[in-house]
Amino acid sequence: MDKRRTIKKKKPNADSVFDMVNLAVMLVLLVVFLWPLWFVVIASISDPGQVWQGNVILFPKGITLDAYEEVIQYKSIWSGYRNTLLYTLLGTAINMVLTVCAAYPLSRRDFPPRKILIIVLMVTMYFSGGLIPTYLVVNRLGLIDTVWAMMIPNALSVFNIIVTRTYFVNSIPEELREAAQLDGAGTVQYLFRVVLPLSKPILAVIGLFYAVGHWNDFYSALIYINSQQLLPLQSVLRKLLLTTQMTLQISSSMSPEEIMRKTQLAQTLKYSSIIVSTVPVLCLYPLVQKHFVKGMMIGSVKG
Amino acid sequence: MTHNNRKGIQSVNRVSAINARAKKPARPLSVRLAGELKKNWALYLMILPVIAYYIIFAYIPMSGVVLAFKDFKVKLGIFGSPWAGLKHFERFFGGYNFWLLLRNTVGISLYTLLVGFPIPILFALLLNYLKQERLRKTLQMVSYAPYFISTVVICGMIAIFMDANTGIFNQIIAGLGGTPVDFLSNPRYFKSIYVWSGVWQGMGYSSIIYISALAGVDPSLHEAAIMDGATKIQRIRHIDLPGIKSTIVMLLIMQMGSLMNVGFEKVFLLQNDLNMQASDVINTYVYRVGLIQNNYSYSTAVGLFNSVINMALVIAANQLSKRLTEESLW
Repeated sequence: MDKRRTIKKKKPNADSVFDMVNLAVMLVLLVVFLWPLWFVVIASISDPGQVWQGNVILFPKGITLDAYEEVIQYKSIWSGYRNTLLYTLLGTAINMVLTVCAAYPLSRRDFPPRKILIIVLMVTMYFSGGLIPTYLVVNRLGLIDTVWAMMIPNALSVFNIIVTRTYFVNSIPEELREAAQLDGAGTVQYLFRVVLPLSKPILAVIGLFYAVGHWNDFYSALIYINSQQLLPLQSVLRKLLLTTQMTLQISSSMSPEEIMRKTQLAQTLKYSSIIVSTVPVLCLYPLVQKHFVKGMMIGSVKG
Repeated sequence: MTHNNRKGIQSVNRVSAINARAKKPARPLSVRLAGELKKNWALYLMILPVIAYYIIFAYIPMSGVVLAFKDFKVKLGIFGSPWAGLKHFERFFGGYNFWLLLRNTVGISLYTLLVGFPIPILFALLLNYLKQERLRKTLQMVSYAPYFISTVVICGMIAIFMDANTGIFNQIIAGLGGTPVDFLSNPRYFKSIYVWSGVWQGMGYSSIIYISALAGVDPSLHEAAIMDGATKIQRIRHIDLPGIKSTIVMLLIMQMGSLMNVGFEKVFLLQNDLNMQASDVINTYVYRVGLIQNNYSYSTAVGLFNSVINMALVIAANQLSKRLTEESLW
């Protein structure tokens, strides 16, 4: 009796301390997540000199769009943009078609090779030939330095196939298919009329994964692409953000002030190019956000 | 039984279905195969390009690992090139940088595992108990965002914030009266920069699965615990953590399997001549000797060593978890 009473007395105290600490930690985290992103935004619209001197911390200073003008004039960003757009749209389309082609038969209980095929796919998750053997295959197929190298070698992801298959198995009742068959619908018709419309959440989620994967893909270009005009956005960004070479031209006829100004502008160009390249992805995300957790949950149940 | 027959009659034409049913026990394989193909032709047609893809881009490269035991000559191709035995492996194991590569690779992944694995769990638990509904929703949304930012941009941001002159960290150091540090050029800081920026980028996303697992914990357990006067910390320890144990174990096994797979892109992008001592890992070495120095066989051998260790780690982790928790991937 006594013991229980002391625990009861303690409870509100311990919990309110917990709540306060929790709130404090979460508020700090909010700042930690938001500030770096916020800083890039305000630095991109601030006066380059002020950013250089470290005066821009919480709010933009000396608002100017100079950095964005520089981005617009920076040709290779736009060719990168165009290429990435193509790789993302076409690549994601290929991904989606193939993923459904893999996931649907594997979800059918009356498809005999199902079990062995799943094993065949799972093996590739844990074992791969590695860089050079894969490179040699892609080379042999004549895909090196073509747009296809950006889309074909990573046309499928086992993880996404499994997630999609699990969703099909768990959320589309077998009886629907029997009913559709009684109505005379064939496999293809049933797939398009019933299965796919019912699977919008998972299709949205894996579509997002694939699309973001293509948009952010830097690796494929590093390995397979040599031509300047085929480089995706991320390769251009790498040059801009991570190499020390001068991105803006400086001629010997410039005065020291001009050179200083150019150097500072080159720095803010980094911020504006981050914004220009990242905003499309961050815009895509809220569109599928409502499907996100649901799709992830149903799909990732071990099946 | 009737269930099966009904299906059969619908998909194959009536007469042959009845015949097939009558002869069922003695039907030869070829007839059964033909019947199956006729019934499910659309499924086979769908899966065909998928199988082709995995043969071409997964299984043929897998057979290409024989390259590791050969001396690759472009003219002769993989299978025509002369055998080299274990030469490449000997060279790698005896090389001056073998221990450095191994130490960096294992060091970075262990650090990542130790820090990056528990933090999302902790984050999910704390988020779960946050009273302020709006803050919780906002924080969840905001914490996913970095996951969608490309590695190139993340590394660009790291370079900006870690800059020796203008970066925020050095501004703080200068404000406190210290001397500026060039973080990215100093091997000492490389692993921490790599791991903690990864936590920043991935913790929100990684917590999703725990948050949804927590939502599945039986609420009546919590009600009973509250009745008994349990504090929130006690509820976390005795209800929530046991409730999501199987999720935690599953993800841990999966992470163990990629212990030797340090993310190539990020290490590669943050690497420079000055921090090489801490940043050179097996993956980046495979790339460098393979595609930059065109040493195909040697690079394949190093890669093969890496994936064999990985394989062993997955199997070991799976076995261990089977024994300890009856939870396993297969």
